Amino acid sequence: MRNYTAMGLIFANMHDDAVPECTAIRSMGSLPFGGRYRLVDFVLSNMVNAGISKVGVITKSNYQSMMDHLGSGKAWDLSRKNEGLFFLPPRTSDDAAYQGRIRSLADVMAFLRRSKEELVILSDCHMVTSMDYGALVQRHIETDADVTVAYRRGTVPTLTDIPILRTDAKDRVTDMLIGRVNDAEECYGIGVYVMRKDWLIQTVNEAVARNLYHFERDILQSHLQEIAVYGYEVESLVMPIYSLSSYYAANVALLDDAVRAQLFPSRRPVYTKVRDCAPVQYGLHAQVTDSLVADGAKIDGTVKNSIIFRGVNIGRDTLIENCVIMQDVTVADRCSLTCVVADKNAVFREGRTLQGFDTYPVYIAKNAIV
Amino acid sequence: MFRKQECVAMLLAGGQGSRLYALTRHIAKPAVPYGGKYRIIDFPLSNCVNSGIETVGVLTQYQPLELSDYIGSGQPWDLDRMDAGVHILPPYQRNKGADWYKGTANAIYQNLHFIERYNPEYVLILSGDHIYKMNYDEMLAAHKENNADCTIAVLDVPKEEASRFGILNTNGDGSVYEFEEKPKEPKSTLASMGIYIFTWEKLRQYLIADEADPTSANDFGKNVLPAMLAAGERMFAYRFDGYWKDVGTIDSLWEANLDLLNPKVPLDLSDPSWKIYSRNPGMPPQYLSATAQVQNSMLTEGCSISGKVEYSVIFAGVTVEEGAEIVDSILMPGVTVRKGAKVYYSILAEDVDVGEGAQIGEKPEEIANLSKWGIAVVASGVKVGKGAKVPAKAMQETDVEEVIANA
Repeated sequence: MRNYTAMGLIFANMHDDAVPECTAIRSMGSLPFGGRYRLVDFVLSNMVNAGISKVGVITKSNYQSMMDHLGSGKAWDLSRKNEGLFFLPPRTSDDAAYQGRIRSLADVMAFLRRSKEELVILSDCHMVTSMDYGALVQRHIETDADVTVAYRRGTVPTLTDIPILRTDAKDRVTDMLIGRVNDAEECYGIGVYVMRKDWLIQTVNEAVARNLYHFERDILQSHLQEIAVYGYEVESLVMPIYSLSSYYAANVALLDDAVRAQLFPSRRPVYTKVRDCAPVQYGLHAQVTDSLVADGAKIDGTVKNSIIFRGVNIGRDTLIENCVIMQDVTVADRCSLTCVVADKNAVFREGRTLQGFDTYPVYIAKNAIV
Repeated sequence: MFRKQECVAMLLAGGQGSRLYALTRHIAKPAVPYGGKYRIIDFPLSNCVNSGIETVGVLTQYQPLELSDYIGSGQPWDLDRMDAGVHILPPYQRNKGADWYKGTANAIYQNLHFIERYNPEYVLILSGDHIYKMNYDEMLAAHKENNADCTIAVLDVPKEEASRFGILNTNGDGSVYEFEEKPKEPKSTLASMGIYIFTWEKLRQYLIADEADPTSANDFGKNVLPAMLAAGERMFAYRFDGYWKDVGTIDSLWEANLDLLNPKVPLDLSDPSWKIYSRNPGMPPQYLSATAQVQNSMLTEGCSISGKVEYSVIFAGVTVEEGAEIVDSILMPGVTVRKGAKVYYSILAEDVDVGEGAQIGEKPEEIANLSKWGIAVVASGVKVGKGAKVPAKAMQETDVEEVIANA
């Protein structure tokens, strides 16, 4: 038996500006990843696998793809009579009114008040990880913290506003630096927080009254003496998405057995929307090595070191190397693509050649015809 | 109150499928895996949904647990409806006693009240043994146009095979004047596909009469259809010319799977206008390593392939290690084939574990006496030890011990 009740709140649009190429038409949370997933799937699955059965998804803009993806929440077993999945779009369409996390939380105050869970886990979608939220919550309870911040030790991703933590021997946060990026190894927050729901409601109300809107800066950083903020080090794999090249690198990293084993542990499945496509069909001329291929693909060419999403079509005598090819892309015969990130439904006509570099992949927009 | 349905489908899924031997030891035939991510029953269920039929009764009898679990609420087929949708109908006890389903007609008879609550005009009778994509709505349109009492879907089969089927002899307008079960000298080549549409009023009447006859075997083919014909009811044949395969034997199941790899066979599972739905395993995409060689095959999510796969259908979560070779075979979910093992012309059921260097089945060109060749089958959960050999045509139901090579 768990000794707590917790609910989840996911911020789908947080860090949209990190990968502007792909988020022009969608939120960060609905960014396709790893052949058949979207970034939000990892967060949702982490929550569901920790026994959380009430999750609110907070969106700000561009949320059609997210709504379509989540549907009733059935795929995550969140289509429930009690609790389940709640889609929380903004109260106003006025973009200027959007002032960060506090504003979003103020908008969903009624939802929070109605909920009977004691604890809330807040999570962004930009860090791909399969972590045990149960252990995180346990730590939060043990330290009797007001807020627990999940962090990872490593090279800090070049993300605006990323919090860097300094902690004492008991992992209490003594200092927080925001947006200071250097090459040193640091403890950086991964956008996952645990707190008491009542505390969150009260804090957000006060912040709104004082016209404060930056959760990390105005709440945490400036009150480290008064409120007990504790860190929780995540030791499992975390892949930050903070640019097109890091997005590309995180996808290609899945070709490593150890990375897949950590991201898809058999006891904590990653759930996603079902698409009902046929198995992958490999033709007579197919030569596929070191690649991840999702169902519904048809391959008759050569694929090396690439991530192939659902429903992709790859023609004969075509070479795909070091690429990320999203859902329903068609690559006709005799093409050659190297280090390309092709967004959904893009079409490569016969004989096209495109080449990027692994630190600077070529991005082909959704529905583009090359 | 149940909303009236124009047509209710009744799917006969109680068959044991005894000619699939080890594969149906613990599951009913309609639950047998097929085509990489499907089970046989996905085809009739998906056909129903795609044809606009909202109510399906699934009659179960033999080993129903896995089949019932698989169908569940019917959600994968969009058959979890408020009062329509899919319903599992096992035999049950009444105040006058209890009966197993004695025959196909009796199974429907025992569920008259299920059909009646929808007050349908027509009833579609299906079986869970066949792989095909068919629009039942077009067949229903033909039934109405002919003002028929019974319409039977038929397939034109080669003359030499006709004596294996129930054959319909028809007049020029498609009306049936004679029904012959497995005739020695077939007069026509129109074989019944086991798909019937009845006008409900008529069927109801004949089912009640058939039940009252103690000499009847309570079977559609043997009793009900001949009785209707003898009474001069309007019976029509409806020609179907797509892909249709009875997967009742090991050989036909194997063939039907490999048919999916043949571009000339008209069975396209990726046609978005006629999807075949199934319950998804929800695993990560398949991974092909640097040493993988996969050609002319179908593979499903969750697989991890480092060996060679040719002309094969591989289900979810299968592992093929380096140096292993899979040729002309069907590997059901969760199979592991370890380093250097060979699998030729075989069907490996769920979770079979093939040890290092073991060999299952044989290639026909490598066997001297072809009469001893055939598809090898390994039953679910069987472990084949390191270096062991399972010969062609085998029906392996128990673990095979490791063979220690002499130094």
